[in-house]
Amino acid sequence: MRSNQVAVVGAAETTELGVIPNASQLQLHADAALNAIADAGLKLSDIDGFATAVETPQQVCHYLGIKPTWVDGTSVGGCSFMLHVRHAAAAIEAGLCKTVLITHAESGKSMIGKAPRSIPADSLQGQFEAPFGVYGPPSMFPIPVLRFMKTYGITHEQLASVAVVQREWAAKNPRAMMKDPITVADVLNSRMIAYPFRLLQCCLVTDGGGALILTSADRAKDFPRRPVYIMGTGESVETPMVSQMETFNSSRAFKTAGPLAFKEAGIAHKDVDHLMIYDAFAHLPLFGLGDLGFMPHEETGKFIADGNTRPGGKLPLNTNGGGLSYMHSGMYGMYALQESVRQMRGIAPAQVANAKISVCHGVGGMFAASGTIVFTNER
Amino acid sequence: MAEPQRARPKPTPETQHFWDGTKAGELRLQRCDACAHVYFPPRPFCPSCASRKVSIFKASGKGFLYSYVINHRPAAPGFTPPYAIAVVELEEGPRMMSNIIDCPQTPEALELDMKLEVAFEALDDKVTLPVFRPAKG
Repeated sequence: MRSNQVAVVGAAETTELGVIPNASQLQLHADAALNAIADAGLKLSDIDGFATAVETPQQVCHYLGIKPTWVDGTSVGGCSFMLHVRHAAAAIEAGLCKTVLITHAESGKSMIGKAPRSIPADSLQGQFEAPFGVYGPPSMFPIPVLRFMKTYGITHEQLASVAVVQREWAAKNPRAMMKDPITVADVLNSRMIAYPFRLLQCCLVTDGGGALILTSADRAKDFPRRPVYIMGTGESVETPMVSQMETFNSSRAFKTAGPLAFKEAGIAHKDVDHLMIYDAFAHLPLFGLGDLGFMPHEETGKFIADGNTRPGGKLPLNTNGGGLSYMHSGMYGMYALQESVRQMRGIAPAQVANAKISVCHGVGGMFAASGTIVFTNER
Repeated sequence: MAEPQRARPKPTPETQHFWDGTKAGELRLQRCDACAHVYFPPRPFCPSCASRKVSIFKASGKGFLYSYVINHRPAAPGFTPPYAIAVVELEEGPRMMSNIIDCPQTPEALELDMKLEVAFEALDDKVTLPVFRPAKG
């Protein structure tokens, strides 16, 4: 796909984030969509392409009154929205539609109008993982981390520092759920969830949503907001079973999606001003920094512990506070995209000065899927 | 009220031989007749070369501890926390999720790369799970 032919012209989160006891999941989709449409200065009738995950496109289109000629229901977990951006950019370039709305919402905390996740007993996960006591993401996502730590010499303190640094970013963000400063000792003394991970190394559980509107770069200049161009994209899937990953020393899906996006954008790592790596748990930024090629995996723990990703550091990472401190409704990818767009517009609460290129890297499931988007504000 | 039960696997036509095997005290894997690739979970073709000519064989049951978590909360129904959820790398190559028995569920006792051997835990007269214990000697 060619770089910078499609742009984000509308972006918004739900009016509220956190605990929203007065709205269903479907209404949160609508709230985010209406906010994004207002942000772009559009009408609902201008939308001719639509994508969402978990909820079906027909469900959300019906509720909003949208009549699309292009839909994408790709649902591969929390990075589905990165894949939607990639697919939408291709569809707009191919002339299948002109203006695409992508929505995410999740009543992750209040569980209103949200189907519980279930694993059928005759699925592969139901047969070969569930009987051994996995029960929700905290018992599954960290399974590779002890092997990763042993292979690369990563310490518990370094993994704790991920949460500490992200809390520093969150402190600058009025919409972040958790803003009080924490120390490595606080993290290592917080309640044990699934060894080696403690409470402060696990994502929040919240309600919320977000929406994006994409159109061609040629049209984008006529919109009220500064266009944010899609410079490069990548995607992949590996396995729904964490136990069946090729290796626990890296993620094959990350190593496929990330380099694809960098190649398409034609950028080197030193060109990246701002970085988002989906952090459902504290080890994901380490996997991401290594698998995206920023540095050898061995150096990732020290790199974060030494403060290189904190405010004022040379590689600002997860500047909204991340899934660990900002919010995490269950499929966090949309919020990572929103922060990249804010940074490229120059309006983020913790704005990185003069940032021109933002890389936004997502995970779906337990390393099951991945999507990477490179954004730029210069065409 | 009955105690909540541990999740039970429900075999499909493609996996029945595996669960018949555990009931008979065998850990069964599959090997491709064309390219010799050994794989898991079960399927009637080779995920490496796509050949449909594959054979079922009894694995040695030996392996080592590849990685794990010790789950504290929330605990799955039928489990008393803390309990380890392990991934075992088998001598033949494939990895599988399992539990470690006859071993304290602590980071000190659960050493990565420790040698393990398969054991079989009957949940009822229908389902037997493969679990692993520290290898003797």
